[in-house]
Amino acid sequence: MECKKFVYADNAATTRLSTDVLNKMMPYLTENYGNASSLYNFGNIARSAVDLARKQIADAICAEQNEIYFTAGGSESDNWAIKGIAATMRKKNKNHIISSAFEHHAVLHTLKALEKEGFEVTFLPVYENGIISIDDLKNSIREDTGLVTIMFANNEIGTIQPISQIGEICKDKKIIFHTDAVQAVGNIAIDVKSLNIDLLSMSAHKFHGPKGVGALFVRKGIFLPNLIHGGGQERSRRAGTENVAGIVGMGAAIEISCRNIEQKNKKLRAISQRVIDGALRIERSRLNGDPEKRLAGNVSLCFEGIEGESLLLMLDAMGVCASSGSACTSGSLDPSHVLLSIGLPHEIAHGSLRLSFSDENTLEDADKILEVLPGIVKRLRSISPLWDKIKQKEIKH
Amino acid sequence: MYTEKVMEHFMNPHNMGEIENADGIGEVGNAKCGDIMKMFLKIENGIIIDCKFKTYGCASAIATSSVATDMVKGLAIEDAVKLSNKAVVDALGGLPAHKIHCSVLAEQAIKAAISDYYVKQGIDPTPIVGEQHCDCDHCSDCCGI
Repeated sequence: MECKKFVYADNAATTRLSTDVLNKMMPYLTENYGNASSLYNFGNIARSAVDLARKQIADAICAEQNEIYFTAGGSESDNWAIKGIAATMRKKNKNHIISSAFEHHAVLHTLKALEKEGFEVTFLPVYENGIISIDDLKNSIREDTGLVTIMFANNEIGTIQPISQIGEICKDKKIIFHTDAVQAVGNIAIDVKSLNIDLLSMSAHKFHGPKGVGALFVRKGIFLPNLIHGGGQERSRRAGTENVAGIVGMGAAIEISCRNIEQKNKKLRAISQRVIDGALRIERSRLNGDPEKRLAGNVSLCFEGIEGESLLLMLDAMGVCASSGSACTSGSLDPSHVLLSIGLPHEIAHGSLRLSFSDENTLEDADKILEVLPGIVKRLRSISPLWDKIKQKEIKH
Repeated sequence: MYTEKVMEHFMNPHNMGEIENADGIGEVGNAKCGDIMKMFLKIENGIIIDCKFKTYGCASAIATSSVATDMVKGLAIEDAVKLSNKAVVDALGGLPAHKIHCSVLAEQAIKAAISDYYVKQGIDPTPIVGEQHCDCDHCSDCCGI
Protein backbone atom coordinates (compact mmCIF):
# COMPACT_ATOMS: atom_id res chain seq x y z
CA MET A 1 0.00 0.00 0.00
CA GLU A 2 1.36 3.36 -0.94
CA CYS A 3 1.64 5.66 2.01
CA LYS A 4 0.21 9.14 1.55
CA LYS A 5 2.77 11.83 2.16
CA PHE A 6 1.50 14.00 4.96
CA VAL A 7 2.79 16.55 7.43
CA TYR A 8 2.68 15.15 10.94
CA ALA A 9 2.32 18.12 13.28
CA ASP A 10 0.85 16.45 16.34
CA ASN A 11 3.97 15.38 18.21
CA ALA A 12 2.53 16.50 21.55
CA ALA A 13 -0.05 13.73 21.07
CA THR A 14 2.54 11.14 20.17
CA THR A 15 5.71 10.79 18.15
CA ARG A 16 6.95 8.35 15.57
CA LEU A 17 8.87 5.44 17.05
CA SER A 18 12.44 6.07 15.96
CA THR A 19 13.85 3.35 13.72
CA ASP A 20 17.04 3.17 15.79
CA VAL A 21 14.90 2.68 18.89
CA LEU A 22 12.84 -0.03 17.22
CA ASN A 23 16.01 -1.86 16.22
CA LYS A 24 17.19 -1.81 19.84
CA MET A 25 13.82 -3.17 20.94
CA MET A 26 13.42 -5.95 18.39
CA PRO A 27 15.67 -8.59 20.00
CA TYR A 28 13.59 -8.31 23.18
CA LEU A 29 10.41 -8.95 21.22
CA THR A 30 11.94 -11.93 19.49
CA GLU A 31 14.85 -14.10 20.64
CA ASN A 32 15.50 -12.51 24.04
CA TYR A 33 12.05 -13.13 25.41
CA GLY A 34 13.18 -14.16 28.87
CA ASN A 35 11.54 -12.80 32.01
CA ALA A 36 13.79 -10.16 33.53
CA SER A 37 13.03 -11.54 36.98
CA SER A 38 14.15 -15.10 36.21
CA LEU A 39 17.39 -16.33 37.71
CA TYR A 40 18.86 -18.26 34.77
CA ASN A 41 21.15 -16.58 32.32
CA PHE A 42 18.48 -16.22 29.66
CA GLY A 43 16.49 -14.05 32.04
CA ASN A 44 19.62 -12.09 32.94
CA ILE A 45 19.89 -10.91 29.34
CA ALA A 46 16.57 -9.14 29.80
CA ARG A 47 17.55 -7.96 33.28
CA SER A 48 20.74 -6.35 31.96
CA ALA A 49 18.77 -4.59 29.24
CA VAL A 50 16.33 -3.19 31.82
CA ASP A 51 19.23 -2.06 34.01
CA LEU A 52 20.88 -0.29 31.09
CA ALA A 53 17.62 1.52 30.27
CA ARG A 54 17.27 2.57 33.90
CA LYS A 55 20.74 4.06 33.73
CA GLN A 56 19.98 5.85 30.46
CA ILE A 57 16.88 7.41 32.01
CA ALA A 58 18.61 8.33 35.26
CA ASP A 59 21.46 9.93 33.32
CA ALA A 60 19.05 11.94 31.18
CA ILE A 61 17.55 13.71 34.20
CA CYS A 62 20.61 13.63 36.49
CA ALA A 63 19.06 11.10 38.86
CA GLU A 64 20.35 7.88 40.40
CA GLN A 65 19.40 4.56 38.84
CA ASN A 66 17.58 3.41 41.95
CA GLU A 67 15.38 6.51 41.78
CA ILE A 68 13.77 5.40 38.49
CA TYR A 69 10.71 3.14 38.41
CA PHE A 70 9.18 1.88 35.19
CA THR A 71 5.44 2.22 34.70
CA ALA A 72 2.94 1.78 31.89
CA GLY A 73 3.08 5.47 30.95
CA GLY A 74 2.58 9.06 32.02
CA SER A 75 -0.91 8.57 33.42
CA GLU A 76 0.18 5.75 35.70
CA SER A 77 3.21 7.73 36.85
CA ASP A 78 1.00 10.73 37.71
CA ASN A 79 -1.58 8.58 39.49
CA TRP A 80 1.05 6.75 41.46
CA ALA A 81 2.92 9.87 42.52
CA ILE A 82 -0.15 11.84 43.58
CA LYS A 83 -2.21 9.08 45.17
CA GLY A 84 0.87 7.67 46.87
CA ILE A 85 1.97 10.96 48.41
CA ALA A 86 -1.65 11.72 49.37
CA ALA A 87 -1.75 8.44 51.30
CA THR A 88 1.39 9.39 53.23
CA MET A 89 -0.04 12.86 53.89
CA ARG A 90 -2.98 11.34 55.73
CA LYS A 91 -0.61 9.84 58.28
CA LYS A 92 0.98 13.24 58.85
CA ASN A 93 -2.38 15.01 59.15
CA LYS A 94 -1.67 16.98 56.02
CA ASN A 95 -4.69 17.56 53.87
CA HIS A 96 -3.80 20.22 51.34
CA ILE A 97 -2.40 19.89 47.83
CA ILE A 98 -1.43 22.69 45.44
CA SER A 99 -1.63 22.30 41.68
CA SER A 100 -2.40 24.42 38.65
CA ALA A 101 -5.63 24.99 36.77
CA PHE A 102 -4.35 23.58 33.50
CA GLU A 103 -2.79 20.28 34.42
CA HIS A 104 -3.17 17.25 32.18
CA HIS A 105 -6.27 15.20 33.00
CA ALA A 106 -4.07 12.46 34.46
CA VAL A 107 -3.24 14.92 37.25
CA LEU A 108 -6.45 16.94 37.27
CA HIS A 109 -8.82 13.97 37.50
CA THR A 110 -6.61 12.25 40.08
CA LEU A 111 -6.82 15.39 42.22
CA LYS A 112 -10.60 15.61 41.69
CA ALA A 113 -10.85 12.03 42.94
CA LEU A 114 -8.78 12.95 46.01
CA GLU A 115 -11.05 15.94 46.66
CA LYS A 116 -13.95 13.49 46.91
CA GLU A 117 -11.94 11.63 49.52
CA GLY A 118 -11.65 14.79 51.59
CA PHE A 119 -8.40 16.35 50.41
CA GLU A 120 -8.36 20.07 49.72
CA VAL A 121 -6.76 21.12 46.48
CA THR A 122 -5.81 24.64 45.42
CA PHE A 123 -5.62 25.02 41.65
CA LEU A 124 -3.38 28.00 40.96
CA PRO A 125 -4.52 30.26 38.12
CA VAL A 126 -2.23 30.40 35.10
CA TYR A 127 -3.13 33.81 33.67
CA GLU A 128 -3.08 34.90 30.07
CA ASN A 129 0.52 33.86 29.47
CA GLY A 130 -0.17 30.32 30.67
CA ILE A 131 2.26 30.47 33.58
CA ILE A 132 1.57 30.24 37.31
CA SER A 133 2.60 33.07 39.62
CA ILE A 134 5.20 32.27 42.26
CA ASP A 135 3.48 34.72 44.62
CA ASP A 136 0.23 32.78 44.22
CA LEU A 137 2.10 29.61 45.09
CA LYS A 138 3.69 31.18 48.18
CA ASN A 139 0.35 32.58 49.31
CA SER A 140 -1.39 29.24 48.89
CA ILE A 141 0.97 27.26 51.09
CA ARG A 142 -0.59 26.24 54.40
CA GLU A 143 0.56 24.38 57.50
CA ASP A 144 -1.07 21.23 56.15
CA THR A 145 0.17 21.47 52.56
CA GLY A 146 1.84 18.15 51.78
CA LEU A 147 2.21 18.16 48.01
CA VAL A 148 2.72 20.56 45.16
CA THR A 149 2.10 19.04 41.73
CA ILE A 150 2.68 21.38 38.81
CA MET A 151 3.42 20.37 35.26
CA PHE A 152 6.79 21.14 33.71
CA ALA A 153 5.37 22.24 30.35
CA ASN A 154 1.76 22.36 29.25
CA ASN A 155 0.60 19.84 26.68
CA GLU A 156 -1.72 22.17 24.78
CA ILE A 157 -0.10 25.58 24.82
CA GLY A 158 3.45 24.51 25.58
CA THR A 159 4.15 27.06 28.30
CA ILE A 160 6.99 26.20 30.66
CA GLN A 161 6.44 26.68 34.37
CA PRO A 162 9.01 28.20 36.79
CA ILE A 163 10.06 24.74 37.99
CA SER A 164 13.32 25.85 39.59
CA GLN A 165 11.57 28.44 41.78
CA ILE A 166 8.77 26.02 42.67
CA GLY A 167 11.35 23.40 43.64
CA GLU A 168 13.22 25.86 45.82
CA ILE A 169 10.09 26.97 47.65
CA CYS A 170 8.96 23.39 48.22
CA LYS A 171 12.37 22.40 49.52
CA ASP A 172 12.38 25.36 51.86
CA LYS A 173 8.86 24.59 53.14
CA LYS A 174 9.51 20.82 53.25
CA ILE A 175 6.67 20.11 50.84
CA ILE A 176 6.96 17.29 48.34
CA PHE A 177 7.14 18.52 44.76
CA HIS A 178 5.90 16.37 41.87
CA THR A 179 6.00 17.48 38.27
CA ASP A 180 4.30 15.95 35.26
CA ALA A 181 7.16 16.32 32.79
CA VAL A 182 5.61 14.24 30.03
CA GLN A 183 5.88 17.08 27.51
CA ALA A 184 9.21 18.34 28.77
CA VAL A 185 11.47 15.28 28.83
CA GLY A 186 13.52 15.18 25.65
CA ASN A 187 12.65 18.81 24.89
CA ILE A 188 14.12 20.58 27.91
CA ALA A 189 17.33 19.71 29.75
CA ILE A 190 16.25 18.53 33.19
CA ASP A 191 18.39 18.15 36.29
CA VAL A 192 16.13 16.87 39.06
CA LYS A 193 18.77 17.60 41.69
CA SER A 194 19.38 21.26 40.92
CA LEU A 195 15.64 21.80 40.27
CA ASN A 196 14.74 20.21 43.63
CA ILE A 197 12.18 17.92 42.05
CA ASP A 198 11.03 15.07 44.30
CA LEU A 199 8.91 13.13 41.82
CA LEU A 200 8.80 13.40 38.04
CA SER A 201 6.53 11.62 35.54
CA MET A 202 7.51 10.82 31.98
CA SER A 203 6.26 8.86 29.02
CA ALA A 204 8.36 7.21 26.30
CA HIS A 205 6.12 7.81 23.29
CA LYS A 206 6.49 11.58 23.58
CA PHE A 207 10.16 11.36 22.63
CA HIS A 208 10.17 8.80 19.81
CA GLY A 209 9.95 5.82 22.15
CA PRO A 210 7.23 3.17 22.23
CA LYS A 211 3.72 3.62 23.64
CA GLY A 212 2.67 1.92 26.87
CA VAL A 213 5.84 2.58 28.86
CA GLY A 214 6.80 5.41 31.16
CA ALA A 215 8.73 6.06 34.31
CA LEU A 216 8.47 7.81 37.62
CA PHE A 217 11.46 9.38 39.28
CA VAL A 218 11.18 9.17 43.05
CA ARG A 219 13.89 10.96 44.99
CA LYS A 220 15.78 8.69 47.36
CA GLY A 221 14.35 8.91 50.87
CA ILE A 222 10.78 9.63 49.81
CA PHE A 223 8.40 6.91 50.79
CA LEU A 224 5.84 6.21 48.09
CA PRO A 225 3.38 3.38 48.75
CA ASN A 226 2.55 1.09 45.85
CA LEU A 227 -0.20 1.79 43.37
CA ILE A 228 0.18 -1.64 41.74
CA HIS A 229 0.59 -4.48 44.21
CA GLY A 230 1.83 -7.92 43.28
CA GLY A 231 5.23 -9.39 42.46
CA GLY A 232 8.60 -8.06 43.46
CA GLN A 233 9.45 -6.17 40.29
CA GLU A 234 10.89 -2.67 40.48
CA ARG A 235 12.27 -3.40 43.94
CA SER A 236 8.75 -4.36 45.04
CA ARG A 237 7.46 -0.87 44.35
CA ARG A 238 5.63 -1.55 41.10
CA ALA A 239 4.43 -5.06 40.38
CA GLY A 240 4.07 -6.62 36.94
CA THR A 241 6.41 -8.46 34.61
CA GLU A 242 8.75 -5.93 33.06
CA ASN A 243 7.81 -4.65 29.60
CA VAL A 244 11.37 -5.38 28.56
CA ALA A 245 11.18 -4.27 24.93
CA GLY A 246 9.27 -1.12 25.90
CA ILE A 247 11.76 -0.30 28.64
CA VAL A 248 14.70 -0.87 26.29
CA GLY A 249 13.01 1.43 23.78
CA MET A 250 12.42 4.10 26.38
CA GLY A 251 16.07 4.02 27.45
CA ALA A 252 17.34 4.25 23.89
CA ALA A 253 14.85 6.99 23.01
CA ILE A 254 15.64 9.21 25.98
CA GLU A 255 19.36 8.90 25.33
CA ILE A 256 18.95 9.97 21.70
CA SER A 257 16.49 12.77 22.40
CA CYS A 258 18.48 14.28 25.26
CA ARG A 259 21.72 14.23 23.31
CA ASN A 260 21.43 17.54 21.46
CA ILE A 261 18.53 19.36 23.03
CA GLU A 262 19.87 22.83 22.30
CA GLN A 263 20.57 22.10 18.68
CA LYS A 264 17.24 20.38 18.25
CA ASN A 265 15.39 23.28 19.85
CA LYS A 266 17.10 25.75 17.56
CA LYS A 267 15.67 23.86 14.61
CA LEU A 268 12.26 23.52 16.24
CA ARG A 269 12.11 27.22 17.07
CA ALA A 270 12.78 28.07 13.44
CA ILE A 271 9.94 25.80 12.26
CA SER A 272 7.53 27.06 14.92
CA GLN A 273 8.39 30.69 14.32
CA ARG A 274 7.81 30.34 10.60
CA VAL A 275 4.37 28.87 11.26
CA ILE A 276 3.55 31.49 13.90
CA ASP A 277 4.62 34.39 11.68
CA GLY A 278 2.64 33.02 8.76
CA ALA A 279 -0.46 32.15 10.75
CA LEU A 280 -0.62 35.46 12.57
CA ARG A 281 -0.91 37.20 9.21
CA ILE A 282 -4.44 35.79 9.17
CA GLU A 283 -6.72 38.44 10.63
CA ARG A 284 -8.18 37.84 14.07
CA SER A 285 -5.76 35.09 14.94
CA ARG A 286 -3.66 34.76 18.06
CA LEU A 287 -0.87 32.75 19.61
CA ASN A 288 -1.89 31.20 22.93
CA GLY A 289 0.47 31.35 25.88
CA ASP A 290 3.76 33.10 26.48
CA PRO A 291 5.63 33.66 23.21
CA GLU A 292 9.02 32.97 24.82
CA LYS A 293 8.59 30.60 27.75
CA ARG A 294 7.20 27.74 25.68
CA LEU A 295 8.28 24.42 24.24
CA ALA A 296 10.22 25.09 21.05
CA GLY A 297 8.00 22.77 19.02
CA ASN A 298 4.60 23.98 20.25
CA VAL A 299 2.38 26.34 18.27
CA SER A 300 -1.05 26.96 19.78
CA LEU A 301 -3.28 29.28 17.80
CA CYS A 302 -6.85 30.51 17.78
CA PHE A 303 -8.78 31.74 14.77
CA GLU A 304 -11.93 33.68 15.52
CA GLY A 305 -15.19 32.81 13.82
CA ILE A 306 -14.43 29.17 13.08
CA GLU A 307 -14.58 25.91 14.96
CA GLY A 308 -11.54 23.72 15.60
CA GLU A 309 -12.87 20.35 14.54
CA SER A 310 -13.84 21.63 11.09
CA LEU A 311 -10.40 23.17 10.79
CA LEU A 312 -8.69 19.90 11.77
CA LEU A 313 -10.69 17.77 9.37
CA MET A 314 -10.02 20.14 6.50
CA LEU A 315 -6.32 20.22 7.38
CA ASP A 316 -6.42 16.43 7.45
CA ALA A 317 -7.96 16.38 3.98
CA MET A 318 -5.04 18.53 2.84
CA GLY A 319 -2.51 16.19 4.46
CA VAL A 320 -1.80 17.91 7.78
CA CYS A 321 -2.24 16.11 11.12
CA ALA A 322 -2.89 18.55 13.96
CA SER A 323 -4.98 18.89 17.09
CA SER A 324 -7.50 21.27 18.67
CA GLY A 325 -8.92 22.08 22.07
CA SER A 326 -12.42 22.75 20.77
CA ALA A 327 -15.42 21.19 22.51
CA CYS A 328 -16.11 18.97 19.53
CA THR A 329 -12.65 17.46 19.64
CA SER A 330 -12.60 17.12 23.41
CA GLY A 331 -15.84 15.12 23.25
CA SER A 332 -17.46 17.40 25.81
CA LEU A 333 -19.57 20.54 25.68
CA ASP A 334 -16.80 22.88 26.71
CA PRO A 335 -13.58 23.72 24.97
CA SER A 336 -10.43 22.53 26.72
CA HIS A 337 -9.88 23.57 30.32
CA VAL A 338 -6.41 24.73 29.31
CA LEU A 339 -7.67 27.36 26.88
CA LEU A 340 -10.36 28.48 29.33
CA SER A 341 -7.75 28.69 32.11
CA ILE A 342 -5.77 31.31 30.19
CA GLY A 343 -8.91 33.42 30.00
CA LEU A 344 -10.06 32.76 26.45
CA PRO A 345 -13.81 33.11 25.98
CA HIS A 346 -15.56 29.92 24.82
CA GLU A 347 -16.17 31.18 21.30
CA ILE A 348 -12.48 31.89 20.76
CA ALA A 349 -11.29 28.70 22.44
CA HIS A 350 -13.54 26.71 20.07
CA GLY A 351 -11.38 27.94 17.19
CA SER A 352 -8.10 26.57 18.49
CA LEU A 353 -5.39 24.74 16.62
CA ARG A 354 -2.35 23.03 18.10
CA LEU A 355 0.58 22.23 15.85
CA SER A 356 3.41 20.41 17.61
CA PHE A 357 6.69 19.64 15.91
CA SER A 358 9.49 17.20 16.55
CA ASP A 359 13.03 17.06 15.20
CA GLU A 360 11.67 14.97 12.33
CA ASN A 361 9.77 18.00 10.98
CA THR A 362 11.31 20.42 8.53
CA LEU A 363 10.90 24.03 7.43
CA GLU A 364 9.20 22.60 4.33
CA ASP A 365 6.52 21.20 6.65
CA ALA A 366 5.96 24.72 7.97
CA ASP A 367 5.62 25.97 4.40
CA LYS A 368 3.16 23.21 3.50
CA ILE A 369 1.01 24.09 6.51
CA LEU A 370 1.07 27.76 5.57
CA GLU A 371 0.11 26.88 2.01
CA VAL A 372 -3.20 25.39 3.12
CA LEU A 373 -4.05 26.99 6.48
CA PRO A 374 -5.08 30.51 5.38
CA GLY A 375 -7.34 29.12 2.64
CA ILE A 376 -9.09 26.75 5.02
CA VAL A 377 -9.65 29.47 7.62
CA LYS A 378 -10.99 31.75 4.88
CA ARG A 379 -13.30 29.05 3.54
CA LEU A 380 -14.76 28.21 6.96
CA ARG A 381 -15.20 31.90 7.73
CA SER A 382 -17.00 32.42 4.44
CA ILE A 383 -19.81 30.14 5.65
CA SER A 384 -19.70 31.23 9.30
CA PRO A 385 -22.50 33.45 10.61
CA LEU A 386 -20.30 34.08 13.65
CA TRP A 387 -17.63 35.54 11.40
CA ASP A 388 -20.27 37.81 9.83
CA LYS A 389 -21.18 38.99 13.32
CA ILE A 390 -17.56 39.60 14.23
CA LYS A 391 -17.14 41.60 11.07
CA GLN A 392 -20.28 43.56 11.83
CA LYS A 393 -18.86 44.20 15.28
CA GLU A 394 -21.95 42.68 16.81
CA ILE A 395 -19.68 40.70 19.06
CA LYS A 396 -16.94 42.75 20.62
CA HIS A 397 -13.97 41.12 22.31
CA MET B 1 -15.84 8.70 13.46
CA TYR B 2 -17.98 10.13 10.65
CA THR B 3 -19.75 8.31 7.81
CA GLU B 4 -18.63 8.89 4.24
CA LYS B 5 -21.84 10.79 3.65
CA VAL B 6 -21.07 13.22 6.49
CA MET B 7 -17.56 13.80 5.16
CA GLU B 8 -18.91 14.30 1.66
CA HIS B 9 -21.34 16.99 2.82
CA PHE B 10 -18.71 18.54 5.08
CA MET B 11 -16.01 18.77 2.44
CA ASN B 12 -18.38 19.87 -0.31
CA PRO B 13 -21.44 21.36 1.33
CA HIS B 14 -24.52 22.02 -0.79
CA ASN B 15 -26.47 25.28 -0.64
CA MET B 16 -23.81 27.33 1.10
CA GLY B 17 -24.35 31.04 1.41
CA GLU B 18 -27.15 33.53 1.79
CA ILE B 19 -30.30 34.32 -0.18
CA GLU B 20 -30.78 37.99 -0.88
CA ASN B 21 -34.24 39.17 0.12
CA ALA B 22 -34.98 35.82 1.68
CA ASP B 23 -38.62 35.22 2.63
CA GLY B 24 -37.63 33.58 5.89
CA ILE B 25 -34.44 33.57 7.94
CA GLY B 26 -33.84 31.40 11.00
CA GLU B 27 -30.85 31.34 13.28
CA VAL B 28 -30.23 28.94 16.15
CA GLY B 29 -27.33 28.04 18.42
CA ASN B 30 -24.77 30.35 19.95
CA ALA B 31 -21.08 31.02 19.77
CA LYS B 32 -20.41 29.92 23.34
CA CYS B 33 -21.56 26.39 22.57
CA GLY B 34 -19.58 26.27 19.37
CA ASP B 35 -22.32 26.17 16.78
CA ILE B 36 -24.58 28.63 15.03
CA MET B 37 -26.81 27.71 12.10
CA LYS B 38 -28.49 30.27 9.92
CA MET B 39 -30.99 29.19 7.25
CA PHE B 40 -32.42 31.28 4.42
CA LEU B 41 -35.64 30.36 2.58
CA LYS B 42 -37.10 31.54 -0.71
CA ILE B 43 -40.77 30.65 -0.81
CA GLU B 44 -43.20 30.87 -3.73
CA ASN B 45 -46.81 29.70 -3.61
CA GLY B 46 -46.20 27.83 -0.40
CA ILE B 47 -43.25 25.93 -1.85
CA ILE B 48 -39.64 26.29 -0.70
CA ILE B 49 -37.95 27.01 -4.01
CA ASP B 50 -34.56 27.72 -2.53
CA CYS B 51 -32.80 27.17 0.80
CA LYS B 52 -29.29 28.18 1.79
CA PHE B 53 -27.28 28.10 4.98
CA LYS B 54 -24.39 29.60 6.84
CA THR B 55 -22.98 27.58 9.72
CA TYR B 56 -20.31 28.06 12.33
CA GLY B 57 -19.49 24.75 13.90
CA CYS B 58 -17.96 21.33 13.64
CA ALA B 59 -18.02 19.01 10.64
CA SER B 60 -21.35 17.47 11.61
CA ALA B 61 -22.94 20.91 12.05
CA ILE B 62 -21.89 21.82 8.51
CA ALA B 63 -22.92 18.42 7.10
CA THR B 64 -26.36 18.48 8.77
CA SER B 65 -26.94 22.01 7.45
CA SER B 66 -26.01 20.89 3.97
CA VAL B 67 -28.23 17.81 3.94
CA ALA B 68 -31.16 19.55 5.66
CA THR B 69 -31.20 22.35 3.08
CA ASP B 70 -31.15 19.67 0.35
CA MET B 71 -34.09 17.91 1.97
CA VAL B 72 -36.43 20.89 2.29
CA LYS B 73 -35.76 22.32 -1.15
CA GLY B 74 -38.85 21.82 -3.31
CA LEU B 75 -41.06 20.91 -0.36
CA ALA B 76 -44.34 22.57 0.54
CA ILE B 77 -43.97 24.50 3.79
CA GLU B 78 -46.28 22.15 5.65
CA ASP B 79 -44.03 19.23 4.67
CA ALA B 80 -40.82 21.08 5.48
CA VAL B 81 -42.12 21.76 8.98
CA LYS B 82 -42.27 18.02 9.51
CA LEU B 83 -38.55 17.57 8.82
CA SER B 84 -37.22 15.72 11.84
CA ASN B 85 -33.70 15.58 13.16
CA LYS B 86 -33.91 11.82 12.83
CA ALA B 87 -34.54 12.11 9.09
CA VAL B 88 -31.45 14.35 8.86
CA VAL B 89 -29.37 11.79 10.77
CA ASP B 90 -30.66 8.97 8.56
CA ALA B 91 -29.86 10.91 5.40
CA LEU B 92 -26.27 11.16 6.60
CA GLY B 93 -26.04 7.46 7.35
CA GLY B 94 -25.86 8.19 11.08
CA LEU B 95 -24.03 10.56 13.41
CA PRO B 96 -21.93 9.84 16.52
CA ALA B 97 -24.10 10.05 19.67
CA HIS B 98 -22.56 13.31 20.88
CA LYS B 99 -23.25 14.92 17.49
CA ILE B 100 -26.99 14.25 17.40
CA HIS B 101 -27.28 17.75 18.80
CA CYS B 102 -26.23 19.12 15.39
CA SER B 103 -29.17 17.43 13.66
CA VAL B 104 -31.51 18.95 16.25
CA LEU B 105 -30.06 22.35 15.46
CA ALA B 106 -30.65 21.78 11.73
CA GLU B 107 -34.30 20.89 12.33
CA GLN B 108 -34.71 23.90 14.61
CA ALA B 109 -33.04 26.23 12.11
CA ILE B 110 -35.43 25.22 9.33
CA LYS B 111 -38.39 25.68 11.68
CA ALA B 112 -37.08 29.05 12.82
CA ALA B 113 -36.80 30.18 9.19
CA ILE B 114 -40.37 29.03 8.46
CA SER B 115 -41.63 30.82 11.58
CA ASP B 116 -39.89 33.95 10.41
CA TYR B 117 -41.63 33.60 7.04
CA TYR B 118 -45.04 33.38 8.72
CA VAL B 119 -44.31 36.30 11.02
CA LYS B 120 -43.36 38.36 7.98
CA GLN B 121 -46.71 37.38 6.44
CA GLY B 122 -48.48 38.57 9.57
CA ILE B 123 -49.42 35.02 10.52
CA ASP B 124 -48.87 33.56 13.98
CA PRO B 125 -46.48 30.64 13.32
CA THR B 126 -47.07 28.80 16.58
CA PRO B 127 -50.11 26.72 15.49
CA ILE B 128 -48.30 25.67 12.30
CA VAL B 129 -44.67 25.31 13.34
CA GLY B 130 -45.33 24.50 16.97
CA GLU B 131 -43.52 25.67 20.07
CA GLN B 132 -39.81 25.82 19.48
CA HIS B 133 -38.24 23.46 21.91
CA CYS B 134 -34.99 21.62 22.22
CA ASP B 135 -34.96 18.12 23.62
CA CYS B 136 -31.38 17.18 22.90
CA ASP B 137 -28.93 16.57 25.73
CA HIS B 138 -26.72 19.47 24.79
CA CYS B 139 -26.40 22.61 26.86
CA SER B 140 -29.67 24.18 27.89
CA ASP B 141 -29.41 27.49 26.12
CA CYS B 142 -27.68 26.62 22.89
CA CYS B 143 -30.66 26.11 20.65
CA GLY B 144 -31.32 29.79 20.95
CA ILE B 145 -34.81 29.29 22.23
